[in-house]
This record gives sequence, structure tokens and C-alpha cells, in this order.
Amino acid sequence: MSSQISGSHATAKVVFYNDPKFRSRFAQFLLLVAIGLFAYFAYENTSENLRKRNIAQGFGFWDVEAGFDISQTLIAYSAASSYGRAFWVGLLNTLLVSLVSIFFATILGFIIGILRLSRNWIVSRLAGIYIEVFRNIPLLLILYFWYGAVLGALPEPRDSLAIPGDIWLNNRGLLVPRPLITGDILYTVAALGIGIIGAYILARFARRRQAETGERLPVGWISTVLILGLPLLVYLGVGTPLGFDFPEKGRFNLTGGLNLAPEFVAMVVGLSTYTSAFIAETIRAGVLAVSKGQTEASQALGLSRGQTLRLVVVPQALRVIVPPLNSEYLSLTKNSSLGVSIGYPDLVNVFTGTVLNQTGQAIEMVSVTMLVYLTFSLLTSAFMNWFNKRVALVER
Amino acid sequence: MIQTRFMRETILPQEAAPHRTSGVLLWVRENLFSSVMNSVLTLLSLWALYATIPGLFQYLIVDAVWSANTGKECLLENVGRPVGVCWAFVTSHMGYFIYGQYPEAEWWRVDLFFAAEALGIVWLLWPNAPYKFAGIIYFFVIFPIIGFVSLTGSTMLGLTPVATNFWGGFLVTIVISTFGIVVSLPVGVLLALGRRSDMPIVRLVSVIFIEFVRGVPLITVLFMANVMFPLFLPDGWRPDSLLRVLVGVAFFFAAYMAEAVRGGLQAIPRGQYEAAQALGLGYWRMMIKIILPQALKIVIPNIVNNFIGLFKDTTLVAIVGIFDFLKTIQASLADPVWRAAGMPFAAYIFASLVFFVFCYGMARYSMWMEARLDTGKRH
Repeated sequence: MSSQISGSHATAKVVFYNDPKFRSRFAQFLLLVAIGLFAYFAYENTSENLRKRNIAQGFGFWDVEAGFDISQTLIAYSAASSYGRAFWVGLLNTLLVSLVSIFFATILGFIIGILRLSRNWIVSRLAGIYIEVFRNIPLLLILYFWYGAVLGALPEPRDSLAIPGDIWLNNRGLLVPRPLITGDILYTVAALGIGIIGAYILARFARRRQAETGERLPVGWISTVLILGLPLLVYLGVGTPLGFDFPEKGRFNLTGGLNLAPEFVAMVVGLSTYTSAFIAETIRAGVLAVSKGQTEASQALGLSRGQTLRLVVVPQALRVIVPPLNSEYLSLTKNSSLGVSIGYPDLVNVFTGTVLNQTGQAIEMVSVTMLVYLTFSLLTSAFMNWFNKRVALVER
Repeated sequence: MIQTRFMRETILPQEAAPHRTSGVLLWVRENLFSSVMNSVLTLLSLWALYATIPGLFQYLIVDAVWSANTGKECLLENVGRPVGVCWAFVTSHMGYFIYGQYPEAEWWRVDLFFAAEALGIVWLLWPNAPYKFAGIIYFFVIFPIIGFVSLTGSTMLGLTPVATNFWGGFLVTIVISTFGIVVSLPVGVLLALGRRSDMPIVRLVSVIFIEFVRGVPLITVLFMANVMFPLFLPDGWRPDSLLRVLVGVAFFFAAYMAEAVRGGLQAIPRGQYEAAQALGLGYWRMMIKIILPQALKIVIPNIVNNFIGLFKDTTLVAIVGIFDFLKTIQASLADPVWRAAGMPFAAYIFASLVFFVFCYGMARYSMWMEARLDTGKRH
């Protein structure tokens, strides 16, 4: 009986074009056809256009001599090097400016974020003004400002501005002492490695010991001694193998030292000031996300103010801060592509700019450049997934 | 059973009145000098303000030169007094910064476009404005037609055509950001729906598009629009250089809008979907009548924040040769008549002020809207 009813229900067929299953398959089929048609149309036109304009295809250009110079190179490069080499130079410049800017943006962002949280009204307001100013002005304008209005207005080399620590600033850039390796530095590096591993093992041991006996070890102090003291001892022991080449001021010019180009300085200052405003907001949001009850509970347990911050607030705030902080780092890396606007030789400038103009192979250049940035973003999201899994709240 | 009670038999002497719990002095003590560290910070800040503000005021306003015809007239030796910022550079180029090379006799058409846009924005963003649906139709259908006709011109209506290479300055910045929002919002909604669709191929295509675009910098998308799009089209079609950039910007921001809208879709409880289905509504009617009005309303702050990003990022089109607001300033700086020390500073301070006013205004609106929406949620 019941089977009969369900049977009759199933046979009450709808018209096929009203069947949701059919509709969904049909819509997806249409979408595929549309994408396929577009791809075919684009492919046909592109090959036709490339043939007419005599533009080569494929990656044959990779080993061809580039024939242009790049103002800042981290690896050996000259006009006689290949386009492939130019790619690596551009990529390394992008990574260099991103990493240095991330370093300064993080420090600046943390300081501004903490000042913004200060109970001191005037300090918190000033930090707020800093954040609002830099968040609401385009990055490109900030770069132009530092490059054109500030660095461009600096004096000639003979009137360089001196900054404590043997640093000189003029309209050709920033001169800093150049580190020189004069002896065997390997032992010091090895000592640093041993110190870090030792501190890690110690931290694990201390945690287990605390879990078992409730006694705490002064891990912070011992780790500091291990990580800083051990390499220092070795460094002094083998006879200070690191020296500096200090810039010296002559009558008209400065000699020696390491000259950082104004484009690089402008990129680092611009990216750091711009991103630090966003990082500061991230820090503030993270700390505010820890509920007041947590602070009150830890005070009720008798923890000091420092302990409350270190053991209760910061670990919970970090859980909230790290994911957006990572996307800030990623967008800083993507924003470093604006180097092209002030002539910093980053990947986009070298590859999508000069190499594209010389070879005309737009598709290859733009695709390779996009692929590089996509790789960065995939690596970042992989890290974020790993981190989220690690710190996710384990609830009952 | 012994009951013990303690009772005080003498009256305590009267305590002194408590310290004041309000007033300026208390506020100052609690907010500025609550500890040694705080006092040091306060004094440092006050000193920093004292050291910069009067000087800046002197430099930016008191000593500034407000009218001149060349850059040399702003120099110390020609003015005969200490000179500050040369605002004359800005005032004498104002027309160029706003309209680019748009013919001066036709500027009223640009003004009409600005007015039509302002009407649409106020209509949509003012929460109590009537006829919201008509406002949406106006902003996404009627206004683009008005804007297109008034800016490009039409011989039929007696408006002289103006080619896009004459457009420039703030006009182009507004055109790009407007086109960006008018196209990217509907496309973004479609992408967000696609990402949450039951159809695997639709979902896959949406996810790939969104994640791809969000993974690359805007500048590479602009390069793609500029050098790759023309290759995709038949040889005879030469798309306008402004149009290429417009398409690139719109597609780029569609991906970001999609993520903002997706957040709103996820916040709508399942019951809403089920109730709509129980009423017999199909997919599109359910979305348009029930889900999207609620979802879009709660993500207005996110959409506005995205729009701030879009507005700031329009400056990047200068890199592919479009004369937007910032590019007209750069071009004027290169003019030998105006080349003088301190000129870039004046120009960039002015540009920063303009961007700050617009972006900060939008940010305040978004914060206000967030607070407004939040009160509704607490019940």
C-alpha cells in the first residue's frame, strides 16, 4: 500500500524543463560552453594577432641576452646576462624590499597599535591620527611623497645630513656602514644555531616539568643567555671576524659604505608607514577582542599586571591577530609591485615593464608575473591554515 | 540554640566627603598623568605638538603664496619674505586637476555628471531616503546612461563628442571608481551566489576567479587589461584605452565585492532560506526578495570599505598611462614653468588632503552605519 503511494508520487512527473536536476545540469553546461567559446575566440584572435605582428611565442626568450642594466642587483647581473637572469634579479628585489618593509612595518605597527590602546588620552589620539592619515591616502601618493617631496628635496652629497651611527642621507640615497667578513664567521653562526636549538629544548623541558611538578624555570633568562651570550662568546673567542666599512665624508662626496638607492629607501619608508597603520589597527582589534573578564579573572587569581599580559592577554590576542597580520604581509608584498611607479627595479618593473617592451611577449610576461604572486598568496594561505589548525580553540 | 548578634551602639564620626569623581582636574589626572610613564608620554607628546604645529601653521597658511603665474614667483628672492607652501601651483591648475583637457566650454556636462552621481549616492546611502528600489534602478541603470551620454556627447542631442583621451584629472578618478562600483557590485553578487551554489561547476568557476584575482596585485591586472585584452580581440577592434582599464578595475574589484557579499550571505540564518522555499519561491525570487535585501544591508560597511580601497587604487591607472587626478598633478609638476623647490611638497599635500577628505568621510559613514546596524542586532 505504502509503496503504491510513493510510487504514484514518483510517477507524477514534472515537465523536464521544470526539473531542478535538469535545470542545474543545463545551466552548468551553458556556462562551460560560454567559457569554451570565449577561450576559443581569444585563442584564435591571439594567435592571429601575434602572427601578424611577428611576435614570438613560448619561453625561448628566457636564455636570450637581455641587453639592459638594472640599477640594483642582489646576484651578479650585467647587460650581457639573459632575460631569465633578469627575472631572478627582479624577483629577489621584490622579496628584499618586501621583507625589509615587513620588518619595519611590524615594529612601527606594534608601537602605534599599543600607543593607540594607551589609557593616555593624548597619546592614543595622536596614534589615532597617524592611523587615519595613512589609511586614507593612496599608497602611490605616499610613495610619490617620500620619493619626490622628501628624498628629492634632500641636499647634494657634499652637504649630506648625518644620522648618528655613521649613516648619511642625501639626494642619492642612504649611506650605511657595509658589514665586512674579515675572518671565519661560521663558528659564530653555528653557536647561534646551537643556542636556538638549546633554548627550544629547554622550553619543552620546562613546560613538561611545570605540568608535572608545578615548578617554573626562569626560561626567559636562560634562553636569552643561550641565544645571545653563546654566539657572543664564540665571536669574541675567534677574534671578532666581522668588521664594518664606514662611509667617509670627503670634500665633495662620500666614499665607502653601502649606498641604498633613493628608490629603495622611498619604497621601504612608504610601504612601512602605509602598512603600519593597518597593522596597528589589527593589533588594537586583537587586544580588544580579549574579553575584559579574562583580565579580571587573572587579577583575581593574583597574577601581576605583567603576568596578566604575558600569560593571558597576549596568547589569546595573538590568535586573533596572526591571520589578519599575515594578510597584511601578503598585501604589502603585492603592493611592492608599485615600485614600477618610482623606478625601483622590482619584478613588475623588470619583467612586465622592460622585458615586455623589448620582446613584446605580453602573455608570457604577465602570466609569469601573476604566477609568482599567486604562489606567494597560496603559500600564505597554506601557512594560515596550518596556524589556524594549531591555535584553534579546542572546545568541549 | 544560641543566637549571637553584634550591633554597634555608638555612631561613627562623619567621614570627609569623597574626592571629586568628576571635573576637569580629575579627568586630566586619570587620562594624562595616571603614572610616571604616562606623565612622561604626555609631556613628550605635548612637546612634539608644540615643536611641529606652530611651524606647520606658519609654513602651510601664514607664509604660503596663494597666487602666482610661475613657479619662480614663489621663490624667496621674488616674494621678499620667508615663503611657505606655494598654493598658487594648485589654484592656477585647479581646472586641469578637475577636468583634465576636457574642453572648457563643455565643463557643465562634467558638473552635470557629478551632480547626477551625488544624487544617486545620497539616495542609496541615506538610510531614511524613500523609494530605495527606485534608487537602485537609478544608480545602476539610469545614472550610467546619463553619465555616458553627457560625458562622451551625442550629436543627436547636440552635444559635441569629446574623446576619452581629453578626459582627465578628478573626472577620470570619479569615472573609474564609479564604473568600478556600478559593475563590480552586481558581478560580485553573482560571484558570491556562484560560490555558494549547489552546482559544482558554477562553484568551481567562481572560486577560481575570486581566488585568482585576489592573489595578484591590481597593477598586473591593469597590465593584462592594457596589453593582453587587445590581443584577445579581432585585429580591427581597438578598444579605447580608458575602457580597457575600466574593465580591468571592475573585474578586479568584483572579486573583492564577492567576498564581502559572501560574508553577508553566510550571516543569514538557514531558516530564512527554508521559509522562502516553503513559500514556494524559486531560487532567484528567494534571493532577490528575501535573502539579498537582508544580506546586502548588513554588509554595507564592508562594501563601503571596499569602495575606499577601490577609490585609493584608482591612482594606479596612472602607471598604464591614464591621466587620473594624481597623474595630472605629476604632469603639472614636470612643467618647466612651475619647476621650483618645494613644489612637489605643495602638490602632494594638496592631493593627500583631497583623498583624505573623501576616504575619511566614507570611513566615518561606514563606522556610523556599523553602529546603527549593531543596535538592531542587540535585541
